[in-house]
Formats: sequence, C-alpha cells, structure tokens
Amino acid sequence: MGVEIIVAIISAALISNVVLSRFLGICAFLGVSNKVDTAKGMGVAVIFVILMATAVTYVINRVFLEATGVFKRDLTYLQTIAFILVIAALVQFLEMFLKKFIPSLYKALGIYLPLITTNCAVLGVALTVAQDYSNFVIGMAYALGTSGGFCISIILLASIREKLENNDIPESFKGKPIVLVMACLMAIAFTGFSNLNIG
Amino acid sequence: MEENKTKKLTFFGCIFNGIITENPILILMIGMCPTLAVTTSVSNAIGMGLSTTAVLVASNALISLVRKITPDRVRIPIYIVIVASFVTLIEFIIKAYFPSLYESLGIYIPLIVVNCIIFGRAEAFAGKNNVINSIGDGIGMGLGFTLGIIVISAIRELIGSGAVYGFSVIPENYRAALFVLPPGAFLVLSFLTAIQNKLRLPSATNKKESGCNNDCLHCTIHKKPETVEEGK
Repeated sequence: MGVEIIVAIISAALISNVVLSRFLGICAFLGVSNKVDTAKGMGVAVIFVILMATAVTYVINRVFLEATGVFKRDLTYLQTIAFILVIAALVQFLEMFLKKFIPSLYKALGIYLPLITTNCAVLGVALTVAQDYSNFVIGMAYALGTSGGFCISIILLASIREKLENNDIPESFKGKPIVLVMACLMAIAFTGFSNLNIG
Repeated sequence: MEENKTKKLTFFGCIFNGIITENPILILMIGMCPTLAVTTSVSNAIGMGLSTTAVLVASNALISLVRKITPDRVRIPIYIVIVASFVTLIEFIIKAYFPSLYESLGIYIPLIVVNCIIFGRAEAFAGKNNVINSIGDGIGMGLGFTLGIIVISAIRELIGSGAVYGFSVIPENYRAALFVLPPGAFLVLSFLTAIQNKLRLPSATNKKESGCNNDCLHCTIHKKPETVEEGK
C-alpha cells in the first residue's frame, strides 16, 4: 500500500506531468507565471482545490452516481455536469470559508481561487479518479501528485521567466512565443522521467 | 474592431468575425488546453473542433434564448449547466457513432466544459445578443477554433509522423518524432505566434501588457465592444 501511494504520487507528478505532458491547466500555466510569488500562490491554491474537489467528487460518485449507490441506477453519465457544478460551488464555499476563518490564507490565495473553477486540471483529475481509481487512498495520492506536479512546473516556469526579463530576446519572440519555447524545453526535460522505472 | 461599433451585427458578419478577425486560437489565444493536447493528428483535430463547434452553437443559442429570464447574479451556474448538458449529449453521440475518436480524445471530451472559448462567448456575446447572431457567432468561433487546431495538427502530423491526414508522405528516417510528443505542441504554437508577431498581425500576444488575468469567466479584455443589443 505504502509503495503504491509513493508510485502514484511520483508518476503523476513527474512521469506524466499534468501540464507538460497532459496539457491540463495550460491557461493558468501560461497566464499566472509572471512572478515566482504569484506562481507559488496559484500552485498552492491548485493543490488545495484539487485535493478537496477530488475527495468530494469521489464520494458523490460513489454514493449517488454509481449503480451501487443510493439510487440503484448507473448515473455515471451525469459525472460531467455533477462534477463541474460541485467544483464551482466548492470554490465559492472555500472562498467564503477562508475569508471568514483563515484570513491570512485567504489573502495569500485570494484572487487565484475564482480562477481555479475554469482550470481544467481540477475537472480532469476529478474525472480520472472517479473513472479509473477504485481505491480512495491511491486516488487521493494521484490527486496530490498531479497538483504537486502542477505546482512544480508553474514555479519552475515562473523562475525561468523572471530570469528571461534581462535577456536579449528576438523581437518576434517577445511575449508568449518565448514562454512557449521555455515550456517546450521543460517538456523535453520532463520526458526524461518517462524512462524512470518504478513500481 | 472600432468601426464595427456603428456597423449593425449580421449573421454572416458574426461568422466572419469568429473565423478571421477574432480567431480564438491564433488571435485571442484562448482554449489552449485542447489546442495543444489533441493536435497530434488532423483527424483528432477535426473531431475535437467539430464537437466544440456543435457545443458552442447549441449553448450560444440556448443562452441567448434564456438571456431575458436569466437573473444576472446566477447566470454563471446557469451557463455551466447548459454547457455541461450539451457536452454530455455530444459525448454520447461520439461514443455511439465514432468509437475510435472517442478512444483517442478520451478525457478531453468532457473537458470541453471548461474550454474558455465556450464560457467566453456565452459571457461576452450570447448573453447580450439575439439568437440568430449568437448562432452565427457560435459557428464562426467554432470554425475558427477548428481551423486553428487543424493548422497546428497538420504541421505536427507532417513533421512528426510524416503524414498528411493519415497518408504517409515522408520516409521513416526523416521524421522528427518530437513533434508528436508533448514538447512539439508547445514548439509549433510558439513559432506560429512568433510568425504572427513578425507580421504584426493583430493578436493578443502583440499587446505588451494586455492585463489578461486569465479569468475567462470574468474577462473584460476579450469582450467585444460592439456587443450592443440589436434593434435598440
């Protein structure tokens, strides 16, 4: 069990990185990586929301949507609608909760929380866990690895972008193109992990 | 864009606007996740593009129909439910009639729900304009999206697997497999936007500080200034 958890975390974070090899959450990855501080905020907020959303949607899927649930019908085709509503509501509740009870964390995450509803990594992870993982603990480990992978890659990109500002970039590559080239090089580096043989 | 303010919106004007003037991929740079993920082959890109178009047209039409009875404060949840329902329908259709496409697109079909283009258009256009124009806008934006991902996937497929729509044209030893792998997606998009910068084409990437906070749901930048109620 312990080994399986570690394997799930490492393979989700490094081997098939959520951003660089599965292209989920690209919008946030490219949009909120100007500064390391904001990238950290976004990364932590995503870890938080993905873990919460995965746990809640897993339970909802088990209790209501699957054939063994309370309705005795296979309602898994409702997953998309149910999950996106749950995620949107969850983010709203989280925002209100943090504002009231943990103001310091709210201040730190503040503006990133509402952006996360449209981050496709959240819905992607929730759907993957509900469809492919029967074990709750390993599913959560996968969610932790995925969101951790997102956090790692957005902070790495932000650090590179801060360094890039002082460099002499060709005129036509200024702005988004050079960021995409950076993302490409990072993706090449991360493909190196695919030969990592674990488990 | 400025002169459009006085011009009356027409059905074909909306279609043209989506495909050329405000192409979602090459000009607005929204909806990047499916753009990069499913462009490994042209057939995938066409499947993805057309399903997104179908969802976009249907959701634009319905959102435009209910725009007068939608309370402003709960409009986002309503949009979410409408879009998610159409995505589920499309998922059924693809699963039933195109099982191989369903296999290769996989998780990216339900993820059409969180495609920025659909919410962006619902918020910026369909919630404010009449049904005919909203359908036109849906068709235009959808085809613009399809066109954009077909261009990217054609480049990736040609260089990466040496094929044009599945027909092999380049011998095996001369292919660069990198381009069908994830890094190739970033590289192709980067060079397309660089070419655009070079030619000084209007694009979201050309503006120095566009101030895009990546919040497509509440986006004010990509909203079109000409979205005034027609007939008022």
